[in-house]
Amino acid sequence: MISLQHFLFIAAILFCLGIYAVITRKNAIQVLIGIELMINASILNLVAFARYDVVNNNGQLFALFVIVLAAASVAVGLVIILNFFKRVKTIDPNKANSLRG
Amino acid sequence: MVEQIVFYVFAAIAILSGVYVVASQNLVRSVFMFFVTLLSVAGLYIFALADFVALTQIVIYVGGVLVMLLFVFMLSSKDSLDNIINLKKEALSANRIPATIITIALLAIISYAILLVDFEQLDWIKSNKLLIDKAQTSNVHNIGVNIMGRFLLPFELISILLMMTLVGAAHLARKEPTND
Repeated sequence: MISLQHFLFIAAILFCLGIYAVITRKNAIQVLIGIELMINASILNLVAFARYDVVNNNGQLFALFVIVLAAASVAVGLVIILNFFKRVKTIDPNKANSLRG
Repeated sequence: MVEQIVFYVFAAIAILSGVYVVASQNLVRSVFMFFVTLLSVAGLYIFALADFVALTQIVIYVGGVLVMLLFVFMLSSKDSLDNIINLKKEALSANRIPATIITIALLAIISYAILLVDFEQLDWIKSNKLLIDKAQTSNVHNIGVNIMGRFLLPFELISILLMMTLVGAAHLARKEPTND
């Protein structure tokens, strides 16, 4: 049986990779991928702790809800990126410097 | 022993492909490498005895989210697809050094916090370890009972939220920009 620390370390590394992607990337889609990496790391944490909760399975249920919320947020985020591309003709988030138009 | 080896293989694939996703200068390769990361993370879920979550991860992330990502990627950055070889190194990422420092500092803090706690000695883990042997091997049944029981209200709320998101996304996507 694999110890809890292994899961937590892998989740920490994935989370840090996601933060690195969010800070450095100049492409909104890759920023979104970084956010997805961070969400996956948190789901891994939830699932790893849920292994010790065999009666209620709270952690796995929360992981399912988090997956659904992440899918919803990705749908909205991608549509925002598409609209942004229609207006500014680029998807560099650094170029988004105006709120209207 | 075999379990350990397969676990480490999955973990290595997840971390290495994650590094490639983050550090690659090629947009298409990094999006496709994200498939590998998600699949190996789903493999890690199975090692945490969460088979249903792993299946959901594969169906929703790999089947839905990544296809959507690729779709928007093809729609929006066709230029970068055309002259992907001519892109300069600096064109895709910025703030490398501060980002590296922040990332390593955060990783150090999290690792220190993880190493500080001895998880095997926590009370709730000790008391639940006794129950693990008695539990059935698959917990899909348990998840279904819990979703339809204690988590019924969040379940219905999240279905309404999904509906709202889909309608809102469709509405935003078809609306033409009024002024350029």
